[in-house]
Amino acid sequence: MKGIAWRLVSVVSLVVGIVTLAVRAAPAPRDNSDTTHDHLHHHHFAEFAKVPEKAKARLNPLENDPDAVAAGRKLFLQHCAECHGNTAEGGRKAPNLRAEEVQDATPGTLFWILTNGVVRRGMPVWSKLPEPERWQIVTFIKSLPPPTGSAVKGDSSTPHLTPEATVYLTDESVQMD
Amino acid sequence: METTQSVPGAGDGASAICVIVASWLRALLSCILPLVAVLILPACAQESPYIVTYDHYLEEPGNLEVEYFSTYGTQRGGNNFHAYWIELEYGVKAWYTTEFYLDGQSTFGESTIFTGFRWENRVRLLDREHWINPVLYVEYEQISDADKIIKEVEGHDVESDQATPNAIARQTVNHELEFKLLLSKTFKGWNVAVNPLVTKNLSPSEPWEFGYAIGTSRPLALKASPRQCNFCPENFIAGVEMYGGLGDTQDFGLHETSQYLAPALAWNLPSGWTLRVSPGFGLNDNSHRLLMRWGVSREFSGFGDLVRGLFGGH
Repeated sequence: MKGIAWRLVSVVSLVVGIVTLAVRAAPAPRDNSDTTHDHLHHHHFAEFAKVPEKAKARLNPLENDPDAVAAGRKLFLQHCAECHGNTAEGGRKAPNLRAEEVQDATPGTLFWILTNGVVRRGMPVWSKLPEPERWQIVTFIKSLPPPTGSAVKGDSSTPHLTPEATVYLTDESVQMD
Repeated sequence: METTQSVPGAGDGASAICVIVASWLRALLSCILPLVAVLILPACAQESPYIVTYDHYLEEPGNLEVEYFSTYGTQRGGNNFHAYWIELEYGVKAWYTTEFYLDGQSTFGESTIFTGFRWENRVRLLDREHWINPVLYVEYEQISDADKIIKEVEGHDVESDQATPNAIARQTVNHELEFKLLLSKTFKGWNVAVNPLVTKNLSPSEPWEFGYAIGTSRPLALKASPRQCNFCPENFIAGVEMYGGLGDTQDFGLHETSQYLAPALAWNLPSGWTLRVSPGFGLNDNSHRLLMRWGVSREFSGFGDLVRGLFGGH
């Protein structure tokens, strides 16, 4: 009986421990203030500065692949949207990928971040996706339009919006549920 | 697995309580899991086909993966068995994943029993991808000698260990700590993982036991197709794993150990489900001739937020 009691106590303790750990480790409560958002935004993009020059200079081999945006979008919705949002405009945990910093970054920079993650800030490594799939995601990200509500400046910093991206971002029928 | 620590008074009364606990856990899981499935969103996973070997990829933070696995094993000198486990895997941080297992088994012609639980923790040691990526694995197990899931093979584990009838084997409960170093690398679509392991039964008289698992796998296609599809080759990952014991501190080596070779296939469905199948073949006379394994899993995003909400968080 003593063994059974010990087993019961252990199971209950473990479950309580896991739940407590999950609660404590969960992200900070939602704060919609611009200050918090800017702080998150700044911290995430600070990682770009750590990307090695050689990695930054890598060219996207699938840049001109006609299927890359659509395939990248599919992969984005499967693996990235839960944190970055279905429209890639960011969430409580992850930054806006339509932001100027992302769109101005080289494909090699985005590929490196995707491959290595930002583990201490919550972004997992995604090297488990084969290299061509990571390039497909990069191609999709680079095709994104500016953030909702921001004016199209018409200058060189405005990201190039491919026709495919326009279709895929507005076509509800291909949204994943 | 050797008999090490008897539970005093583990008789019919204790067995009845075990059955009640197992029923309670089954009822709890059958209530909670559908609730979890309704309240949080499925997430699409890219799971490896390994069942014994671990690569260095952890669960995404805040996600819960619910897994069920079965092992059908042939048994010389005893009855064949069907062992199974439920695995709840939670990504606490991008560098830390914790898992809770509940094990059970049915030995044909004997009985169906709950055999114990495990609590596993994996910690990523380096922030970025490197030439080789180490992850530290620490697990506490409280399982009876009747446990047959064979999630790892260690020391001098041999087929005849599982020939003991359930009524006898279940009376001995082991408390064990298990440490693994998960070394893994993915290159050009190929993943190679090597897991040396050390186990210590917490009974002082027991030696440290050693074992290993190695595996390699690759998706059937490296580029994703632009359309949603269940049967696209990129949804399938094929591999092979090999695992076995390496003796203990008193008798290190392959002598009196069991060794297995197991092809493995994972099918990652766009709906968030993953199916795995892996027939394992014993490589020597100390091994089960066949360990037929299969599993189904589903990953849910937002579980951390859900739990936090239940406790008054936002």
